[in-house]
Amino acid sequence: MIEVKNIHKSFGETHVLKGISAKFEKGQTSLIIGQSGSGKTVFIKTLLGLFQPDEGCICYDGVDYDKMSGDEKRELRKQIGMVFQGSALFDSSTVEENVMFPLKMFTEQTREQMLERVNFVLKRVDLVNANHKYPAELSGGMQKRVAIARAIVMNPKYLFCDEPNSGLDPKTAILIDNLIQEITDEYNITTVINTHDMNSVMEIGEKIIFLKNGVKEWEGTNKDIFITNNKAVTDFVYSSNLFKKVRKIYQMEAEGRTCD
Amino acid sequence: MNYIEHIGKYFLMLGQVFKRPQKMRIFKEALIRELDDLGNKSLGIAAFIAFFVGGVVAIQTALNVDNPMIPRYLIGFATKRSIILEFAPTFISVILAGKVGSFITSSIGTMRVTEQIDALEVMGINSLNLLVLPKIIATVFFYPFIITISMFLGILGGYVAGVLTGLFSTTDYIEGVQLDFNPYFIKYAIIKTMVFAFVIATIPSYHGYYVKGGALEVGRASTQAVVWTSVVIIVLNYFLTQMLLG
Repeated sequence: MIEVKNIHKSFGETHVLKGISAKFEKGQTSLIIGQSGSGKTVFIKTLLGLFQPDEGCICYDGVDYDKMSGDEKRELRKQIGMVFQGSALFDSSTVEENVMFPLKMFTEQTREQMLERVNFVLKRVDLVNANHKYPAELSGGMQKRVAIARAIVMNPKYLFCDEPNSGLDPKTAILIDNLIQEITDEYNITTVINTHDMNSVMEIGEKIIFLKNGVKEWEGTNKDIFITNNKAVTDFVYSSNLFKKVRKIYQMEAEGRTCD
Repeated sequence: MNYIEHIGKYFLMLGQVFKRPQKMRIFKEALIRELDDLGNKSLGIAAFIAFFVGGVVAIQTALNVDNPMIPRYLIGFATKRSIILEFAPTFISVILAGKVGSFITSSIGTMRVTEQIDALEVMGINSLNLLVLPKIIATVFFYPFIITISMFLGILGGYVAGVLTGLFSTTDYIEGVQLDFNPYFIKYAIIKTMVFAFVIATIPSYHGYYVKGGALEVGRASTQAVVWTSVVIIVLNYFLTQMLLG
């Protein structure tokens, strides 16, 4: 479990995160949603320790990240998998080398053992016969799959995904969402996803945190989000006609009526 | 950010770079890759330029030494001295600063803006150590080799220029090359080259590592890196010459 208490983060004069508190449970997929510029990426990067918070604390399984020793932090990082918005694959390495990199860095396995694990995770993300391709030779969806494979190759306890669907077509986006959900359930990991994709909210949003201007505006499930009266949330969610209709269906269901 | 802050940040960066590599196997792989990218692939351009500039130095010297009182072997002597003392270590290093410096800044800068460096940091890897230390070792130990070859090819270029133009005899040229040979000058050139190689590896790495923005900023950082690397090489050249020969 990850617990965040009263996190503040500023860059110069710009106060980006303003006292955010949240809990991310084990075996649950939590979504951070909000408009562009709401502080989602800064929040997730602060959780990862890439940014030092100005105030507040982040606890991994009850231990304050700030109070961990260098070795404890390094150990924790081995248990973290991250899928970046642009996949962040190493351009000069093949798919196989990308996925194998954490194993080479942190284990003493033989090449055969590492290769076996790499092939297993690549098969798990449904990516076969791509071992020797370079990232530039892959489609956006395939790059995301490689990034997920690299993130889970060390059997992480925590999985973070920054906009895993950005730049993908709706069908591939749903496949990636489902893959992340399945992996979360299968390995019982704590997954935190940053997104502004409402399809993801509907598909995998077991817990949703809505950020607006660096403040946690709302928290709930993917069912609650369609019936909430929070104006900031409704403005965000119902910016598309499709979701206006979805809301109507939810409201009718809540009132015990059926739609035509 | 002012210059003092940049200098401070540069030295803090070096503090992170000079740490024990986390995994020797990965470090060795990176070092071999850098030896090829930064060293081996620079050999051709350095050799090409050294050969032709050596020829030009010999021709210019021959054309400017027309006093019958001055012995003709001084053409070979002057060509040898200028190539060993200045042309090979400094001029070739400035050229390498352009070629290798822009490559280093753009490759590390691209890794920064595409979050590849963040990916390394999330894994708990000292990205500066992993990315910059192999570059420093590759350049500091490979560039003396490039410069030594450049010295030989520069002097050979002067000889070929004499043969082709007939401005001076090859016998005079060889006599001048052999005259008053001082091995310390080779040591001096190698020391300078190693210092310049360190600058060529670290200043562009600094510009690439701390770049913010996108492709345009990476391009700007590459230009800045080449300018600053060249400036630092020229300034250090002045002080090193004073210290080692003065």
